[in-house]
Amino acid sequence: MKFGVIVFPGSNCDYDCYYAIKSIVGEQVDFIWHKEEILNDYDCLILPGGFSYGDYLRTGAIARFSPIMSGIEQFARKGGSVMGICNGFQILLEMNLLPGAMRKNQNLSFICRYVYLRVENTHLTYTGLCRVGQILKIPIAHFEGNYYADEKTLKGFQEYGGIVFRYCDKEGRVAEESNPNGSVEAIAGICNPAGNVLGMMPHPERCCESLLGSPDGRIIFESIVANFQKRTMGRKR
Amino acid sequence: MVRNFQIQINISLKKGVADPQGATIKHALESLGYPGVEKVRMGKYLQMEMQAEDPRQVEKQLKDMCQKLLVNPVIEEYTYQIRMS
Repeated sequence: MKFGVIVFPGSNCDYDCYYAIKSIVGEQVDFIWHKEEILNDYDCLILPGGFSYGDYLRTGAIARFSPIMSGIEQFARKGGSVMGICNGFQILLEMNLLPGAMRKNQNLSFICRYVYLRVENTHLTYTGLCRVGQILKIPIAHFEGNYYADEKTLKGFQEYGGIVFRYCDKEGRVAEESNPNGSVEAIAGICNPAGNVLGMMPHPERCCESLLGSPDGRIIFESIVANFQKRTMGRKR
Repeated sequence: MVRNFQIQINISLKKGVADPQGATIKHALESLGYPGVEKVRMGKYLQMEMQAEDPRQVEKQLKDMCQKLLVNPVIEEYTYQIRMS
């Protein structure tokens, strides 16, 4: 399986993604500079965290016009797996590949700490190895992660399982106290109706080993790989 | 004839979208003892100079810029003023 990690000026989690894919799950991975215009045969594209273009104007607002973006849009519209983490999620929102927008955190602070997530949708490429209600300990690091979507969008999420991760406490309870940034419905990650585009604020690539505080991010990458293997085996038969 | 235009754009959060910065500023003003502060909303202000022949062209381009890049229509709205100088 071959991953591509898109690199923008200001990306800073690109190496973490590269490391998680190459050294932890042992798959092929390339860095793709945002000025490239052609995407080769990738099976999954990752938009990493960071501060693309210094977060000027709005987070992700300028990155979405990079030359590579039309290729990513086509890849996603054809059903290709695209995952945006943190700033990558913000870029997917600006591109309208995912609905909604980010506001500044409710407490107006940059929050960098471990949080607990509850997995709400396990029918995706990214969560296939998870149990419904599984609790993952994964860190967040953002200023603008206070997710907003209108009523209609939230209703749509209910219909197709658009909410993938919610902030919760250690026991998996979703409450105001366990919502770090004020996101509506404690949303930490969402997908599109087709389920091939995922955006999440927490950083699974930063926690794939106990040595780094938690191994819980690993299941996301392992799910992607397991899903790919299942699909390609089906194709061979 | 090419003329100069001075443009001002105000971008604000839509009604109903929570504004934590505005709320914090309001709280700070109250703490300083200013009475009667009812509502504070924080926004962005952009100044731009443009050269064009036709004011209608300026307005058309400006709207396009706002929709494409300057404003996120999910949570923001905007107003603008164009002055010929």
